[in-house]
Amino acid sequence: MKNRTFFRGRAQRAVVAIALALPILAAFDSGTVAASGTTVRTAAGALTPPTQGMKPQQSVGKGEGELNLIAWEGYAQPEWVKPFERETGCTVNAKYAGSSSEMVSLMADGGGGQYDLVSASGDADLRLIYGGDVKPVNVKLVPAWKQLRPFLQSPDFNTINGVHYGISLQFGPNDLLYSTKVFPTAPPSWSVIYSKQYAGKITIPNNPIQIADAALYLSVHQPKLGITDPYELTQSQFNAAVSLLKQQRPLIKAYWNLASDEISLFANGEAVVGAAWPYQTGQLQAAKVKVADTIPSEGATGWADSWLLAAKAPHPNCAYKWLAYISTAKVQAEQAVNYGETPDNSLACPLMNQLQKGSCDSLHANEPDAYFKSIKFWKTPLAQCDNGQDNCVPFQQWATAWTQITG
Amino acid sequence: MGHGLDTDHGLIGPCDYEDIAVLTKGARQGRELTGVARVSAALWRRAWLRAALTLSPPLAWFLIIYLASLVVMLVTAFWTVNSFTNNLQHQLSLTNFGALFDAPIPAIIGRTILIAALVTVTDAVLALPFAYFMARVATRRVRNALFVAVLLPLWASYLARVYAWIVILTKDGTLDWATQRLGLGAPNIAYTNLAMGIVFCYIWLPFMILPVYAALERIPDSFIEASADLGARNARTLRSVVLPLALPGVVAGSIFTFSLTLGDYITPLLIGSGSGTNLIGNIIYDNIGLANNLPFAAALAMVPIAIMIAYLLGARALGAFEAM
Repeated sequence: MKNRTFFRGRAQRAVVAIALALPILAAFDSGTVAASGTTVRTAAGALTPPTQGMKPQQSVGKGEGELNLIAWEGYAQPEWVKPFERETGCTVNAKYAGSSSEMVSLMADGGGGQYDLVSASGDADLRLIYGGDVKPVNVKLVPAWKQLRPFLQSPDFNTINGVHYGISLQFGPNDLLYSTKVFPTAPPSWSVIYSKQYAGKITIPNNPIQIADAALYLSVHQPKLGITDPYELTQSQFNAAVSLLKQQRPLIKAYWNLASDEISLFANGEAVVGAAWPYQTGQLQAAKVKVADTIPSEGATGWADSWLLAAKAPHPNCAYKWLAYISTAKVQAEQAVNYGETPDNSLACPLMNQLQKGSCDSLHANEPDAYFKSIKFWKTPLAQCDNGQDNCVPFQQWATAWTQITG
Repeated sequence: MGHGLDTDHGLIGPCDYEDIAVLTKGARQGRELTGVARVSAALWRRAWLRAALTLSPPLAWFLIIYLASLVVMLVTAFWTVNSFTNNLQHQLSLTNFGALFDAPIPAIIGRTILIAALVTVTDAVLALPFAYFMARVATRRVRNALFVAVLLPLWASYLARVYAWIVILTKDGTLDWATQRLGLGAPNIAYTNLAMGIVFCYIWLPFMILPVYAALERIPDSFIEASADLGARNARTLRSVVLPLALPGVVAGSIFTFSLTLGDYITPLLIGSGSGTNLIGNIIYDNIGLANNLPFAAALAMVPIAIMIAYLLGARALGAFEAM
């Protein structure tokens, strides 16, 4: 009995104290390490990516036998992964991420060094580049890079100060999906998703970046706010967008999390109009559901994805082999048709039509540059606006506001 | 002693030598024979050492894997995230705990507690007659069949069961079809808090039935007979004998249903509309995945822990742990 009390008393308290103290000590210790990885601000106030000075490799050597990708679901399909593995001997291990933020945290997990490439969208690119998680890429080692449409060779979402951190992949719009039973002709404006007329039959993505869609709508309908870029909002512009979304909330049937959620909402008629991707339209039309999609007069937000090279990529040669392979017209066409998005390689159009008749037109692969320019691509909302002033609302606040909107 | 120096044997004299040789030989033999036995003897003599050795592997596991991870979470709650690079900033601040009081977090916490409480009460009401029948009325064969029926859903994937409920509750789903046949209209309750509550009640019901069954089964028949002998009718026996003795089981079951609802994030994601149906669990999930704000997620995760500590203290006062 005495022994037990002893053990319960002093020894237990000592062990618990040690167990509690260790992680706290570790936490303080790592505080000193964290400072070294932060972004550098130059005297002019411009930001410099921490890995900008890293020399990219000049040639591609023998493959390492493995390639670890972080990808959107559907971006590493066996149709094009299997031929790549046979050709190069690099076994592809793909980890699917559910959101841009998850991609950012996966890339940083364990100090990096697990993954080689990430198929990041514009809203994650800058976070990865300025976070020091990705490093410069030598575009000379990617032959098909020259075939990319000119404005996608060095876009501002993956090229900073003339340094490339990745290779552009595919893009697509966040368009308006509607039931043709309710709308015989395409709605000309996004106003339908803010209209009481369709209360309880509207669905939009459950994602803070949706605030940009509201801002885009307000840039046309409330010009007094002076919104020029839906991702660079001052506090008053941001508040206006959030208040529009709060008014919209009672009209929403559901905020969808997965593309498949929205597909079932439309398939069983619970939603008749909503914000979507062309992917959902294709799936629903294939299932004979009477729907169509459109880009209304205000324009649309969208995504432009790139493969970015991890700063500590363990298999750099296989990574370069993948960048070269995935950029070729044939593979670009395969992915575009398979996923339902627009390829960046300018030679992909005829190959798409071979895979699926009319797919080049329906996926806008041969549209002039104006089409691309009409889409406001996702980028990370930063505190520092493009004009160099620090009065924009950063993404963290977008996320907080999104919780306030959805309740 | 003192017979002079023997160079071969140091200071030890010849007659002493004989004795000591015998002794050492014996001792040596003893030592060789009882190496294990001596350890065993030492352990026998020191009970605390025995206990410490037996307990240290599971205790180390508990402290390092379980408690330390909780502590890491607690520490993370005091950090912040760089709003630009999303990197953790390891400077202590109370920002995240302050943010717990910003709208709509208090409302979400309140909604979560309310739904967890309603689910617990509903499950208790459903489980009591069922468990009573199983424990005291059913034959052995029927009881076994009911056991299988209670446990069978636990063999299927949680996700499959939630999706099954979406099929039932969705527009023109099984429920709408049935009510329309009865001329009651179509309730169409998918993507509401009510739908979430129904799914929670279904999913956690086995965790309520089993402890209540265990409590009811332990009531000696003589108690019921004594109650009858003293003139109590069935209702009075139920109220004054069965229910008080079943209460610890109900409280034990409620710990499961309450805490599981408090932490769940999959059901609100799948069957909630996201509009006024957010619970603590899926806000934590959003802050980890979507917003990548680990420190705030950690601070919010402290809330269900605090609620559960208060709940468990209350449950202990009601004697729930005697039934476990």
